[in-house]
Amino acid sequence: MDKLLHIEKMSHSFGGLQAVQNFSLEIGAGEIVGLIGPNGAGKTTVFNLITGVYKPVSGRVMLRGRDIAGEQPHTIASLGIGRTFQNLLLWRHMNVLDHVKIAHYSQVTYGLAGAFFGTPRRNRQEREIEQTSMELLKRFRVDHFALLPVGSLPYGAQRRVEIARAMATRPRLLLLDEPTAGMTPDELKEMIGIIKGIHADYGVAILLIEHRMKFVMELCSRIVTLVFGEIIAEGAPMEIRNNPKVIEAYLGREDIT
Amino acid sequence: MMSRFSMLCGEVPALGWLLGILASVTAEYVIGEDLSNILGMDKAPVLFGVLMAFKEPLMIPNLLAYAFIIYVFPAVSTGILTRVPANRLAGRLDHLPVIISGLLHISFLYLIIHFWAGMNDYHLIVIKITMISVILTLSMNVINGYMGEFSCSHPGFMAIGAYTTSVMTLVLFTKSRFGAGPILPEAAGPFVFPIVLVIGGLLTSLAALIVAIPSFRTRGDYLAIISLAFTFMIKSIIENMEIIGGARGLGDQPDFSGLTAVFAWTVLCIWVVNNFVTSVPGKAMNAVRDNESAADAMTVNTRKTKITAFMFGAFWAGVAGGLLAHMLRYINPGTFGLQKLAEIFAMVYFGGLNSIYGSIVGAASISLLGEALRPLELYKWIVIPLLLIIVMIKRPTGLMAFMEFNMKKLLRPRDRGKEEGPVG
Ligand SMILES: Nc1ncnc2c1ncn2[C@@H]1O[C@H](COP(=O)(O)OP(=O)(O)O)[C@@H](O)[C@H]1O
Ligand SMILES: [Mg+2]
Repeated sequence: MDKLLHIEKMSHSFGGLQAVQNFSLEIGAGEIVGLIGPNGAGKTTVFNLITGVYKPVSGRVMLRGRDIAGEQPHTIASLGIGRTFQNLLLWRHMNVLDHVKIAHYSQVTYGLAGAFFGTPRRNRQEREIEQTSMELLKRFRVDHFALLPVGSLPYGAQRRVEIARAMATRPRLLLLDEPTAGMTPDELKEMIGIIKGIHADYGVAILLIEHRMKFVMELCSRIVTLVFGEIIAEGAPMEIRNNPKVIEAYLGREDIT
Repeated sequence: MMSRFSMLCGEVPALGWLLGILASVTAEYVIGEDLSNILGMDKAPVLFGVLMAFKEPLMIPNLLAYAFIIYVFPAVSTGILTRVPANRLAGRLDHLPVIISGLLHISFLYLIIHFWAGMNDYHLIVIKITMISVILTLSMNVINGYMGEFSCSHPGFMAIGAYTTSVMTLVLFTKSRFGAGPILPEAAGPFVFPIVLVIGGLLTSLAALIVAIPSFRTRGDYLAIISLAFTFMIKSIIENMEIIGGARGLGDQPDFSGLTAVFAWTVLCIWVVNNFVTSVPGKAMNAVRDNESAADAMTVNTRKTKITAFMFGAFWAGVAGGLLAHMLRYINPGTFGLQKLAEIFAMVYFGGLNSIYGSIVGAASISLLGEALRPLELYKWIVIPLLLIIVMIKRPTGLMAFMEFNMKKLLRPRDRGKEEGPVG
C-alpha cells in the first residue's frame, strides 16, 4: 500500500543557496511527525515544496502514489494537503466565518451558473457550507467571533482561525508551521489540546514545524531534524533528544530539554 | 425632540420610504409648477435646483424652501405617518419567499420611477443615465473593489459593448451603411435587443482577456498602465475604422433603451452581481486580493478567479455601453475616454469599494450631481473631484465600503425590536 506522503530525495536551491538537499520522508495516514531545526534550516521551504509554492529542482513528492511535484498549489491543496503559515496569512478585510467558507472552494459543485443565478442547488450548498463552517468555528472555539473582521481577534484566536480554515479544505495531511510562535504558556497548552483534538477527531496526519521541544515531544511519534537543508537525524522523540548531532545543532539553546 | 424624530424615522420600513418617495413625486407633479411661481421662479427647478443656485445665488433660500416642501416634507411625513400599516404589510410580505416580496417592492419602485420619468423628457434621461451608471459602477467594483485590481479598462469595455451592439441593431433594424435594408421589423426590438446586449457583453468579456491575462503576474501600477493602454487602444481602433464611422461616430441606433429595458437590466445586474459576490467563488476574489498565497493554499484557483472577475465585470460594462448607445442614439470614440474613466472612478470610490449599496449610492449621487452641473462643465470637474477628495480623506474606502446587500434585511418590518440594527 502507498504511504500517504512519500518524499524522495527532494532538493531545492535559491540561486546559489542550497536550501533543501536530498530530503526524503514518509508519512503514514494519521501519523504526527515533527520537523525541527534551527532558524534558516529550510523547514518552511520544505512546506513550500510539498504544497507546490516552489517546484523542487529534483526529487519526487508522492501523495497517495501520485507525483504532485510541479502541480499548482490549489490543486495540491484540493488533493488533501492543508497548511498554516509561519506568520499568519489571513485575509484582513474578511470576517472569520468567510475565512472558513472560502476554504470550501474546491468542494463547491454548483459552478458559475449557480454563483450568478442563485439556483436552488447553490442555495442548498451555500447553506451546507455555512453550517459546516460554523461547526468548525465552534470546534476551535472561535464561533462567537464569526462575524467579526479577523484582524480584531486576539492573536491566539487568529491562530485557531487559521487552523480551522485549513481543516475546512478537508486535508488528509495538515502542515503546521510553528503554530505556537509568539504564544503565551496558556495559549500553548490550549494549542496542544487543539492539535490532539483534531488528530483524534479527523484522523488527519500532521507534519509539525516547532521550536519548543516540549511541545514536539508531547505530540509527535517521530521527529525529523533538519540542519542547513539536510536531514541529520530522524527517529523517536527520545532518540532525537539524546542524539549528539541534534544537541550540537541546538548548542547553547536551553529549550532542547 | 431630534432623537424622537430619528427614532420615528428608524421605524419606517423600506415600503414606507417608497410611499414617501411616491408622495414627493406626486407633490412635484401636482403643485410643483404653482409653488415655483409663488416662490418667484419662472419655472420649476430641475434636479434640486443646483443649476439655478449657481446662476442666481439670491434664489437659494427659495430653492431650499421648494426642495423642503416638495421633496423632504412629503417623503418624511408620509413615511412616518404610514409606518404602522406599512410595517404590518412589510411583516406580511416578510413571510413570503424573498423573491416574491422583492419583486413586489421592485414593481412598486418601477411604478414610481415611471411616474416621475413621465413628467418630462429630462427626468427620463436623468433616471436612465443614473441606472446605467449603477450597472457601470457595480461592474467596475467587481474588478477594482472585490478583486482589488487597479484597472482602468472600463471605458474600453463600454466602447466595445456600445459599438458591437450598435452594429448589430443597425444591421438588423435599419437601412444603414452596412448594406441591405432592415432585416427585422422594429417591433421585434424588445425581444431581440436583450439577445444583442448579451452578445455584446460576451464579446466584451472576450476582449477583457487582454487585460485579465497580464493580471496573473502584475498588480497595482503595472496593471493600471496595461489597462489604460487597453482603453486607448480600443479608442484608436475605433477612430481608424471608417466602416463604423471612425472619429465622427456612429448614430441612428434604434430607440431600444426605454425606461423598462434599462430598469430591468439594472435590477438584473444588481441581482446577479449580488449573487456572485456572496457565493464562495465570488468571495474567493476577496481572498485572492487580500492574500494570494493563502487563497491558493486554501484550494482557490487564483487564475480562474481573476479571469472570472475580469470577464464578469467586462460583460456588464459591455451591457451598460450597449444600453447607453441605444439611449443616446449617437456614440463616438470620444465618449469612451479618460473623462468617462474619471467619472466611473468617482462613482466607485465615492460610494465605496466592495459594496453593492455603495455602488448604487455612488452611481446615483455622482451621476445626479454630474447631470445637475452639466451645463457648467467647468464646475462639474471642480465639484466632483473636490467631493471625492473630501470623502477619501474622511473615509478612504468610500462612503459605504464592505457592505453586503441583503434583500430580506432591507425590506423587513422595523417596528418589532429595538435590538435590530441599521440596514447593512
Ligand atoms: N524565496 C526565497 N528566496 C531566496 N531565499 C530563500 C527563499 N525562501 C527561503 N530562503 C532561504 O532559504 C533558507 C531556508 O529558509 P526557511 O525554509 O524559511 O528556513 P526555516 O523555516 O527553517 O527557518 C534561508 O536561508 C532563507 O533565507
Ligand atoms: Mg520557517
